[in-house]
Formats: sequence, structure tokens, C-alpha cells
Amino acid sequence: MLRVEGITQIFGGLTALENVSFSVAPRSITGIIGPNGAGKTTLFNIVTGLYTQTHGKVYLGEKNISFFEPEVLARLGLVRTFQNVELFGQMSVLENVMVGLHTKSKSGIFSCALKLPGQIKEEKMVREKARNWLEFTGLTDLADVAACNLPFGKGRLLEISRAMAVEPQIILMDEPAAGLNSRETAVLAELIRKIQDLGMTIVLVEHDMELVMDVCESIIVLNLGKKLAHGTPREIQENPAVIAAYLGED
Amino acid sequence: MDNPSQLVQYILTGLSNGAIYALIGFGFAIIHNATGILNFAQGEFVMLGGMFTIFILSFLNLPLVPAIVLAIVLSTLVGILFERLAIRPLKNVKPLSLVIITIGASIFIRGAAMLIWGKDTHALPAFSGNNPLYVYGATIMPQHLWIFGITLLIIIANKLFFSYSILGKAMRACAYNAHAASLVGIDVKIMVLLSFVVSAAIGSMAGIIIAPLTMTSYDVGIMLGIKGFCAVIIGGMSSGLGTVLGGLLLGLLESLGAGYISASYKDAIAFIILLLILFIRPEGLFKQKETQRV
Amino acid sequence: MIKEKRQILIFALFALIILLVPLFLKGSYFLNVLVFIGINTLLAVALNLLLGYAGQISLGHAAFFGLGAYVSGILTTRFPVDPWLALLIAAMCAAALAFVIGFPILKLKGHYLAMATLGFGIIMYIFFNETVDWTGGPSGLSGIPNLRLGPLIFDNDRNNYYLIWMITLGVMLLSINLSQSRIGRALRAINDSEVAARVMGVNAHILKVQIFTVSAFISAIAGSLYAYTMTFISPTSFGFNFSVELLTMVIIGGLGSIYGSFLGAAILTMLPEFLRVFRDFDIVIYGLMLILITMFMPTGLIGGLETLFKIIIGKIKGSTARNA
Ligand SMILES: Nc1ncnc2c1ncn2[C@@H]1O[C@H](COP(=O)(O)OP(=O)(O)O)[C@@H](O)[C@H]1O
Ligand SMILES: [Mg+2]
Repeated sequence: MLRVEGITQIFGGLTALENVSFSVAPRSITGIIGPNGAGKTTLFNIVTGLYTQTHGKVYLGEKNISFFEPEVLARLGLVRTFQNVELFGQMSVLENVMVGLHTKSKSGIFSCALKLPGQIKEEKMVREKARNWLEFTGLTDLADVAACNLPFGKGRLLEISRAMAVEPQIILMDEPAAGLNSRETAVLAELIRKIQDLGMTIVLVEHDMELVMDVCESIIVLNLGKKLAHGTPREIQENPAVIAAYLGED
Repeated sequence: MDNPSQLVQYILTGLSNGAIYALIGFGFAIIHNATGILNFAQGEFVMLGGMFTIFILSFLNLPLVPAIVLAIVLSTLVGILFERLAIRPLKNVKPLSLVIITIGASIFIRGAAMLIWGKDTHALPAFSGNNPLYVYGATIMPQHLWIFGITLLIIIANKLFFSYSILGKAMRACAYNAHAASLVGIDVKIMVLLSFVVSAAIGSMAGIIIAPLTMTSYDVGIMLGIKGFCAVIIGGMSSGLGTVLGGLLLGLLESLGAGYISASYKDAIAFIILLLILFIRPEGLFKQKETQRV
Repeated sequence: MIKEKRQILIFALFALIILLVPLFLKGSYFLNVLVFIGINTLLAVALNLLLGYAGQISLGHAAFFGLGAYVSGILTTRFPVDPWLALLIAAMCAAALAFVIGFPILKLKGHYLAMATLGFGIIMYIFFNETVDWTGGPSGLSGIPNLRLGPLIFDNDRNNYYLIWMITLGVMLLSINLSQSRIGRALRAINDSEVAARVMGVNAHILKVQIFTVSAFISAIAGSLYAYTMTFISPTSFGFNFSVELLTMVIIGGLGSIYGSFLGAAILTMLPEFLRVFRDFDIVIYGLMLILITMFMPTGLIGGLETLFKIIIGKIKGSTARNA
């Protein structure tokens, strides 16, 4: 489904990622873990086209997407959420999700300004679908609230709803449980499984080990920009190199 | 056309204007590196330097040197007020708001200067007379030598300050990572204020040394400001050699273009260079590309 | 849905008031001021599409206004071109120029975009001044004809008022529609978080170029209307100071608010007319307004009024609740 090959990222003198390769099976949930600064977010930024890697290739299915722009990748079915929640703060919750449906509609600037009949129909469809996604994540009651006024946990859910609206094949989530309390985390775990049931592939960067071990089928460990291990949760928990890296850090 | 002494003259004018652009560029870089703000009011410090000096000379009848010192102090005070009143109170603002606020400050200062000093053009007397020296048939005014000398001094002082003094190093640390700097006990607020002080001082000095050659008025700040910005863009937003080269390059192209192509399009040349650089290499000519954090 | 109905109602009310105002005005002096408020509203709305919706600054919008005025002025005075056709050509020229420079210029962000558009505006200003054979240079271009429509000649304030306000109201309505649509949401998304918008599949760069082009097109129409109304134009109307004035209109009215643009345009057009002292103080006051509004009222006067309105409603509701 998603394959990265020999990714290296150098910022000035700093090597943030070094020769990282792995692949993600369709409809799987893969976790990426590693201490702060390991290069997890950088990896997401490269895969989603926000950074240009120094070396290496990225494939989506058979397609080489190494230097694609994020907006193109969204249309190919690759989306993500952000570690530092990136909502459209001035817009309502519903409107945020409607932006996620941007690629599902096509009215241009003129039909929008003139409110041509086709645009009105499309707008109705978009609104409907957006409401459905809010229902999916349980945010229906908050539809008209401005996104900047949402409590943090709801903001994370909104980011996921918005990404789901793109109807992606694969969704990358950057620390979706960070800042959530244990009840919210449980809801999140449930949601992640529900997303998998829709047939989507999920890649998860996360520090919450309980969540990772619970939902992930395979786990990749990054440390200091290098891939340290890749295996099932059990294999990872027993891997001596991983244990050394984590114990060495604390 | 092929008059060598004329060429020398153009080069000389170009270099002395270029030195001024470089100094103005330094002002941009110092504030930008400390705060991430591009100070659109930078050119106004340049205007204030020249105008303050002229009016101190004519109203207070002070000798030149104390007048210059006082003018720099006054311009710096404006810089401090600007930082305290319009920059420090801001919290978590969007870059767009900062652009608008510094533009607002710039036209406010310009307008105030117009109300106080009128719309006339004023001349500052040359520092050491107007007896030209002749080199290869070109006339060098003593003021040119002052410009080169003082610019060189400021460049050296700037380098020494940022490389060797504790304060300079602290400012650099803030520019690099304000949070980390505050953890090791550097007062980031003071450093930001200091960047406005240094920047206003250098800007006003530039305005003072150029005023005897080009005259000055309340509205010289826009053009000089943008040209200084052009220099610092070529130099990759640093207060170092790149910006000096950028200023000199701009000065030369402008003066040769005005001389050999068309004097009326002199300013357009600078702006076209600015646009080309921004379009082709916004990170500057002498710097590696950086990846914007997301 | 209710929100949509309310919006249509508000617009209808606004349009009605605008169209009725001349009936209550005796002297033509105030009508003349209102004509210029119309032109400035058109310009402020155009800039607001770019600045308020998409969050992209332009400090060179006076250049598109000027280009519209000069292309129309030159075509109608030096060539036998019909003024309406000239208006269309002028708007197309400005749009084409905006489209071409939009691609590189809108790659830039924040400060850099501001500087680049400022540079662009000044280059155009220099051209207006220096291409004397075409523009008449600093002494200006005169003898520009009035527009006419059948027997109607737009040479008096009343006719001009209706002409200009019909166009301005039309553009306002279209802009309001746009804001509530797919494209408007995408633009506002870019304004809030460009990165997130792109990840959602919004082609931010193309969309910014599009709205820049549309904005230039509208500004040039305003320029043509200005030229036909004044019958004389000179470069000073199209310089950096006017770009800042437009920026001030949009900011004090309220970023992203179309009625705010009207309010900003109205205030900035009327102040110098009615306050003689204002004439010399204008740029000081603009500077101060830009700073203070940005610092203390980031949603502009419209936003401030809305908040005030809500507080009052809340108070009333609160007191009736307590009395009950
Ligand atoms: N745009 C950038 N420019 C320079 N360095 C960066 C940039 N983005 C990330 N880094 C650096 O790369 C390293 C990895 O960061 P990141 O990917 O955010 O780590 P993680 O998400 O695993 O905590 C860090 O040292 C960080 O400072
Ligand atoms: Mg991270």
C-alpha cells in the first residue's frame, strides 16, 4: 500500500532521517514509535509532500509519489492529521469538514459567485456528506461551533473527521492521542478501528504505548533518524535493541 | 559615451549608495533575526536620522558631532517606543498582522515627520566641506570617503559585537532559538528591544551620512527602505558580508543603469532586481535553501 | 438555511437603501461623495477577496486600479474605441497581468509577499509617470469621454451614482455568494492554515492566483469607472499612498467582511471631505488606525459592532429573564 525506500533527510548539518525503508500492508494499522526528535513527524512530512527528501523514494501502491505535492496526494487518497492540531480556526466545525470534501466537488470560482444550479446541488451534497462524517466521529452537536473554540480533544477528533471526508485510502495520524485523557483515548482507539473497518489503511505516530500495543498490527521503531526495528507488538516489546534505546533514554 | 572618467563616477556613486543600502539591510536583518518580524518602518529610521540632524543643527545650533549623536539617540528612542507600544503588547499574532502593524508604524512616522518638518527637501552640510578630490577624472566628494569609512567601521563593529560580546552572542542565541535561550537565562524581551535599538541606530546613521549627498525629506524612507530590503534579501537576511555585497551590487547596477540606460527608470531597476531575486532565489544569493518547518 | 435567508434579506435591505438614498438628497455635492464611496467600495471589496478571504496581502493594488484607468483613458482618447469596450479590455489587461505575475509572486508568503507587491506597485507607478507619450506623464491624461448607454450619458452625479452602485452592488453580492461556497471555504482555509488546506486537496497556489486575478479584474473596472467619471487622471491617484489607503479601508472595516469594506471605504472617503484638518493629518491617522485596529479590534469595525450587538442582545435577554 505505502512503501518508503531509503529515505534520508538532511537539514543543514543535521541528519533527521537516515536510509529508512519499510512498507505498510493494505488495511493494516501500523504504529511508528520513537523518542522525541527521532524523525517521525519529518517522515510524515516527506510522505505527504510537505518536505522534499534529500534521498529516497515513496510509493503509493505501484505509483512513485516521491515528489508529489500534498494537494495531488490528497486526490490520490493520502491524507494526514497534525501533531499540533491544524484546524481552520475561524470556520465552523461543519465547514472544516466541508473543506475536506473539496476534492469531491468541482464548481469553479464563477459558478460559485453566480450560484449556478449545479453549484447549489453540489453544495447540498457536500453539506450532507460532511454531516455524516460528523456523526461518524460523534461531533454532530458541535457542528456550528467555531473550530478555535473547541476543547482540545474535540479538535483532534475534528481533524480526523476532516481527513476522513477526503475518503482516503490511507490516513497518517501524528500523535492523535497526545493531550487526551484516558476516556478520550479509549474513544479514539474505537474510532481508529472503525476507520479500519471502512477499508482504510492507517499509520499512527504515537507515544501512548498502551494505545499503540492495543490497536497496531505492526510497529516500526525509529531512533535518531534510523529504523531500529519493525515487527509485531510482541516482537517489539521483546526486542533488546528497542529496550536498550528506551531504557537508555530515560 | 565611452568616457572612462564617467564610468568611474558611476561606479563611485553606485558604491556609496550601495554602502548605505547595506547598512539599511543590516537593520532589517537584525530585527528579523531576533523577532521574525520584517520591519517595514526600517526606512523611517533612516529618514529620522537625517531629519533630526538637520533640525538639531539649525534649531539648537549644536556642532556637527553632538548633533549627530543626539539625532541617533532620538531615532533610537523612536525605535524603543515603537517596540514597547506596538510590538511587545502583541501575543500570538499572525504574520499578516505584524506586516500591517509595521506598515502602519511606518506611515505614521512618515506622516508625523511631514507635519513637524513640512514637505520640503533639506540638505545636511557635508561633514568636511565640498572640495572634491579628482581620481581618474572622476570627482570624489569628501562625503564619499566618510560614507565608505563609516560603513566599514559599522560593518566591523557589527561583526565584533555579534561574534565576541556577551550581549551580541545572547542576541544570536535568541535568534537561533528563543525558547532555549530563555532556558539558559537570557531575557528574550530585552534582546528583542535591543535589536530595535541597534537597528534604529544603524539605520539613522546611514540616513545621516547619506543626507549631505542626496538631500533628505520626510518621504525618503520608503525608497531607501525597500532598497535596503533588496540588499538584505540578496544577502539572505544576514547582517554580514552577503548583505554588504548585495548592497554594493544593487548600488552599482542602479547607478550604471541610470547612467547608461535611463535615469528616469533608476528606481524601477532596483525594484525589478528585487522582484527577480524574490522570484528566483528568495533565500538569497549566498545561502543554502532551508526547509520551512510545518 | 435560515442563515442564508437572513443574508439575502440583509443584502436586499442594503441595496434598497443604497438605491433610495439619491431621492432624499437635494444638493449634488453629497451625491458626488457617494459616487466615490461606490468606487472605493468596489476597490476595497476587490482587495478584501485577496486579503480578507485568502489572507494574502497586496501593497500594490493601486497599480491595477491605475492600469484600468489608463488603459481605458488611452484607448478612448487616442483610439476610436468605445468606452464600454475599453473598460472590458482594461479589465482583461489587468487580469492578464495579475495572472502572469501572480504565479511567481503568490509563491511568496507574509512579509516577502508584502514587499514584492509593494515593489510591483511602485514599478507600475514609475511607468505611469515615465511613459509620457502614452499617459501624459505627471501632468496627466485629460479629455476622457463619459460612458453612455443609448440616450443616457453618465456625465452627472445622479447617473454616475446609479451606474457605479449597480456594479458595486453586483460585485458585493457575488463576493458574498463566493464566501459561502466551496471556493470561499477553500480560500478561508488557506487563510487559517495553508498546510492543512493543501493536505485536504486544496490547490492553494492556483486558487490564490485565481483570486488575485479576479481582484485585479475588479480593481481595473473601478479604475475605468473612475477615469470616465473624472474625465481626467494623473499618476498621483495610483501610487503607494493609495494602496495603503485601500489596505486601511479593508482593515478598519473588517477582514473578510464585504459590508465592512463598504464601511471602511465610506469612512475613508468621507473623513477628508468633511474634516478639513484631516487633509494634512490623513496619513498619520491612517497609520494610527492600522496599528490600533490590528492590535485591539482584529475583526474590524463590523466585527466590533457585531460583538457589541451580541452583548446588548444578551443584556436584554438577561434582564427580561430576570424580570420574568
Ligand atoms: N524544517 C526543519 N528544519 C530543520 N530541522 C528540522 C526541521 N524539521 C524537523 N527538524 C529536526 O529534525 C529532527 C526530527 O524532528 P521530528 O521529525 O519533528 O521528530 P519527532 O516527530 O520524531 O519528534 C529534530 O531534530 C528537528 O529539530
Ligand atoms: Mg513529532
